[in-house]
Amino acid sequence: MPAPQILESVTKSTPTPAALFFGFSRVGLSGFGGVLPWARRLLVETEGWLTAEEFNVLLGLCQFLPGPNVVNLAVAVGVRFCGWRGAVAGALGLMLGPFLIALVLGLLYDRYGELPAIQSMLHGITLVGAGLIIATGLRMGLNVKNRWVYWPFAAAAFVGITLLHWPLPAVMLGGAALTIALSWYRLSQEAKA
Amino acid sequence: MILLAELFISFFLVAFVSFGGASAVIPELFRIAVIEHAWMDARTFTELFAIAQAAPGPNVLIVTLIGQHVDGWQGAFWATLGMCLPMSLLVGLLFKHWDKLQHWRGRAAIQLGVAPMAVGLVLASGTLIARSAEPGVLGLLLLVLTIAVNLKTKLHPLWLILLGGVLGLTGLL
Repeated sequence: MPAPQILESVTKSTPTPAALFFGFSRVGLSGFGGVLPWARRLLVETEGWLTAEEFNVLLGLCQFLPGPNVVNLAVAVGVRFCGWRGAVAGALGLMLGPFLIALVLGLLYDRYGELPAIQSMLHGITLVGAGLIIATGLRMGLNVKNRWVYWPFAAAAFVGITLLHWPLPAVMLGGAALTIALSWYRLSQEAKA
Repeated sequence: MILLAELFISFFLVAFVSFGGASAVIPELFRIAVIEHAWMDARTFTELFAIAQAAPGPNVLIVTLIGQHVDGWQGAFWATLGMCLPMSLLVGLLFKHWDKLQHWRGRAAIQLGVAPMAVGLVLASGTLIARSAEPGVLGLLLLVLTIAVNLKTKLHPLWLILLGGVLGLTGLL
């Protein structure tokens, strides 16, 4: 009898679709301004479904693709453990609670949004929300590798969209074509050296 | 029916350029909702953004709120599905091959290349939203304070959102 295969990493447990649904429900509802740290806490620390390294690999896949990263993550984790049923359970769990809350808030806004007090309050929250997004962008900028090579492209995209009012999809796709070609070239040079 | 299809298709297409998540494509969401389809005015868009920020959950909720405002819960459903579906499918397909792809040079090149573009887009989104709110001097101070506190401390963002709401009520911003 062959010896049992030793897995690279042994995690504590394998979730069922129901566990994925309820786990990601908690993640979705605890996240204010950024859900990713909560997802990491659930997957790696609380439940031990993934090791830190496995988490990073899956996160890499999700950040490699556009779209809402956390939804991508829920799908990836779900697929890994339970195939497409897990994917549906994870994504649905993540989105259902926040979706229902957003519906209620939207209805309240439709009814009371014209009240001056509500408008003043939302005005203040808009500014804080904008600040949080700018802070996120700056943090992402500090994490860019070889910043003196790549920051000019970030700056160009910023100026193109805010000052020149270029269409965003064109900026994103055109700019990414340039930056991807550049990083491909740099990686080939490194491989030669 | 046509409206729901429009919501679904519009956000389905946005998903393909939203490197950096929903926060990166706010100017494009604005263009779709306010300029292209005239589903709402600029003020409403900004206010829905504020609600999405104050609500728990992923940033993609801005899309849910746009859909809800346009066509009730069905609008919310189709808009959100449109934004989430394309990449969920791709994740499901790519997942099995990800181990192999990890060592492909193209993968590293794409990841390195897309990162700075996402930075530019996210910064542009925050700036345009701030500009559309037309802040006064105190409003600008709140904006700068938020950025500094969020970068330098571990204070939970919810406290800043609360502060924004309260200061907003004073009408000084």
